[in-house]
Amino acid sequence: MSNAPATTHAAGKHYLNERITVSSWLLTLDHKRIAILYLVSLIAFFLIGGLAALVFRLELMTPEADVLRSETYNKFFTTHGIVMIFFFLIPSIPAVLGNFLVPVMIGARDFAFPKINLASWYVFMAGGVLALIATIAGGVESGWTFYTPYSTMYANSNVILAVCGAFIAGFSSIMTGLNFIVTIHKMRAPGLTWFRLPLFIWAMYATALVILLGTPVVAITLVMIFVERLFGFGIFDPALGGDPVLFQHLFWFYSHPAVYIMILPAMGVVSEIISCFSKRRLYGYKVIAFSSLAIAVIGFFVWGHHMFVSSQSTFAGLTFSFLTFFVAVPTALKMLNWIMTLKNGSVSLASPMLYAFGFLGLFVIGGLTGLFLSTLATDIHLHDTYFVVAHFHYVMVGGGVMGFLGGLHFWWPKMTGKTYPEGWAIFAAIVIFIGFNLTFFPQFQLGVHGMPRRYHVYPEEFQVLHIASSTGAMVLGFGYVVMAAYLLWSLKFGKVAGANPWAARGLEWETSSPPPTHNFHETPVVRHPVYAYEFASETSDEPDTSSEKGHV
Amino acid sequence: MSDSRPHYLAHHFDHLEQQKQSATLGIWLFLITEVMFFGGLFLGYIVYRGLYPEAWHLGSGKLDITLGAINTVVLIFSSLTMAMAVRSAQVGSRKGCAHYLMATIILGSTFLGIKAIEYGHKFFPGPDSHYYLVPGAKFHLESPVADQVQIFFSFYFTMTGMHAIHMIIGIGILLWLYVKALKGNYHEHYYNPVEVTGLYWHFVDIVWIFLFPLLYLIGRH
Repeated sequence: MSNAPATTHAAGKHYLNERITVSSWLLTLDHKRIAILYLVSLIAFFLIGGLAALVFRLELMTPEADVLRSETYNKFFTTHGIVMIFFFLIPSIPAVLGNFLVPVMIGARDFAFPKINLASWYVFMAGGVLALIATIAGGVESGWTFYTPYSTMYANSNVILAVCGAFIAGFSSIMTGLNFIVTIHKMRAPGLTWFRLPLFIWAMYATALVILLGTPVVAITLVMIFVERLFGFGIFDPALGGDPVLFQHLFWFYSHPAVYIMILPAMGVVSEIISCFSKRRLYGYKVIAFSSLAIAVIGFFVWGHHMFVSSQSTFAGLTFSFLTFFVAVPTALKMLNWIMTLKNGSVSLASPMLYAFGFLGLFVIGGLTGLFLSTLATDIHLHDTYFVVAHFHYVMVGGGVMGFLGGLHFWWPKMTGKTYPEGWAIFAAIVIFIGFNLTFFPQFQLGVHGMPRRYHVYPEEFQVLHIASSTGAMVLGFGYVVMAAYLLWSLKFGKVAGANPWAARGLEWETSSPPPTHNFHETPVVRHPVYAYEFASETSDEPDTSSEKGHV
Repeated sequence: MSDSRPHYLAHHFDHLEQQKQSATLGIWLFLITEVMFFGGLFLGYIVYRGLYPEAWHLGSGKLDITLGAINTVVLIFSSLTMAMAVRSAQVGSRKGCAHYLMATIILGSTFLGIKAIEYGHKFFPGPDSHYYLVPGAKFHLESPVADQVQIFFSFYFTMTGMHAIHMIIGIGILLWLYVKALKGNYHEHYYNPVEVTGLYWHFVDIVWIFLFPLLYLIGRH
C-alpha cells in the first residue's frame, strides 16, 4: 500500500541475510531476529536445566547417596527448577514463536514497541546470567519456590542472587506481554477482524493477560524475600508474628497462573497444527478462542490448591478445590473441539502433527491427574510426593514442551527457509514421546506408594521404578540430541522450503520464507475467514464485508 | 503519501493516530502491572493490620506527620506541574513544556530530600533515643508488641522505599524529556512521551496518596 515504506526489495534478501554483522544482530529491532536471539538463549538454558536433571536422575538410580550429597542434590534440583521454569518454559513459546509470528500473523511490520522488545531480551539475559552466577558460585538449595522461612533464614546459599535473577527475568515477560496486547489491538491488517485471528493469536493474547496481571505480584513477593534475607525485615518471620503462609499465597498467586503462561501458548500452537494437518477449519473456533480467555481468568482463582495442607481453612480449601475442577472445563472444551476437527478432517501425520498428538495424549493425563490433586482428601495422601512431580511434568513438559517442539517444527521452514529431514523428525518425535512416558509414568506409581519428592535416599522397594524413570530420562535426552542434530543439519543442507511447504492458511504463509525484514512487501488485506481450508486459495467468493482498518 | 511521513512517526506504524493510541494503551497496561505490584504490599499490610492493630497504632505514632504532610502537598503540586507540561506540549508551547518539566523535577527532588531526612531520623535517632525503628537485628523498642511494630516498620520501609525508587526512575525519565523538550521535540503533533510519562508520574503520586493515610494517620484524631 502507498504508505508502506519504500523498500528497495532485491531478490533473495530476507531478514536473515539483509545485514550480517554481529552488531546488526545485537542491536536489531526486528522482531524476527529477536525471536532467534531468544531461541538460541533458551536452548542454552534448556541444556543447563536438562543436564542438571540428568545428574540427579543418575543419583536416583540407587537407594543410597553415591553421586551427590544431600545438599548438592538439593542444589541440582533447585537449579533444574529455576532454570527450566523461569528461563525456559515461561518464555519458550511467547518469546520465540510469539515474537516471530504475532506481527506476521496479523499482517504488521513489527510490534508496537520494537525497542522494548529488544530490551526484553537483554533484561532476560541479565536475569539468566545472575541465576547462573548464583549456581556456579555455590548453588541455591531452597527449591525454585523459595519457601519461607527456609529461604529467608536458614538457607546457606546464594538465595539473593537467584531471587534477583528471577525478579529481573519477570520484567522481560512483562515487556513481551505488553507488546503482544498493544500490537494485537492496534496493528492488525485491514480486514483482520477479531474472529479472523488465528487461534495462536488468541492464545498469545490470553497468555499476555496472565503475564501482565501475575508477574508483578511475584516480583513484589521476591522483593519481600530480598529485604527479609538481606536486611532482616520481619514480614514472613514467625518469631515476630509474621506469617510464612502469606508468602505461599503471594507466591502461588503468580506461580499457579504461570502454569497457564506455559500451557496456553502450547494450546495455540496445537490449534494451528491440527487445523493445518486436518485441512479443516477448526471446529468450534469461538469456543476455543474464548476458552483461552476463560482459562486465563479462572486460572487466577485456583492458587489456594497449593496450600491444602498448610493451615488453610477447610472452607477455603473447598472453594479452591471447586474452582480447580472448574478451570478444567474450558480445557476439556478445547480438547473436544480439537478431536471434532480431527474427526471431520483428512489427517496427515507429519512431524508437527505427531507432537500435537503427543500434546493431546500427555496433557489429558496431566490434566486428569490434576483432578486427583485438587480433591481435598486424595491430596492429603499425594501432596509433596512424586505423584505431584509426575503430574506437573506431564502438564509442563508433556504440554508445554511438546507444544514448543511441535511449533518449532511447524514454523521451522518459515523461520529458516529450509526443511528438515522428515524421517528423522518422526523418529525423534517417537523417541521423545517414549522417553518422556518412561521417565514420568513410573513417578505416578512412586508417588501413590508414598515416595516423597526432593529426597535422594529412599527405601529399596522403590528402586525398580526409579531405574525405569532414570532410563527414560536418558532416552528423552537422546531424542533431544537427535532433534538438535537434524535441525542444525537442515540449516546448511536442508531443501529450500518455499513460502508455504505445508499448504497451510494464514498470513505468515503468504510471505516468503524466510520473510523479508518488513514481513510483507505490501500490507496484506484479509478477505478470507480464518483457516479457510475449504476455500480454494485464490478464488474466494466470500464477499468482503470488512475492509475497514481492523482496529478496535 | 510516503513523502508526507513526519520523522517522529515510527516506520512500523501507518499513521500518527495509531502510534498515539498504541502508546496510550501501552502505558495503561503498564500501570495495571504497577497496581498489581504495589497490590502485593497493600495486601500484606491489610493482613497484618487486621492481626496486630495495636502495633500498627503504635508504629504509626512514631512517624513524623509534619514531614509526611508537607511531602503530600509537594507531590500533589508536582502532579499539577506535570499536567501543565502535557498541556503546554498539546497547545504547542515548546518552552512552557520544558519549564513545567523542570518544575516537576524540582518538586519530585524536594519530595525525595524530605523523605531522606525522615529516613535519617529513623536510621540515626540520636544518642539519647529509647528506640531504634529500622527493622533487623538492631531494632529496639520498649513495648509488649515490639515484634509486631517491627513488622509495621518492615512494611513502612518496603512500601516507601519502593515508592521512592519509582520517584527516582520518574525523575530520570523527566530529565531525559527535559533535554528533548529544550530542543523543541514535543509539540501539538507529537507529545506521546510527555503524556505517557505524565500518566506514570500521576500514578506514583496516587500511590503516595494511599500510603500517607495508611502509614501516618492511624488513630490520629
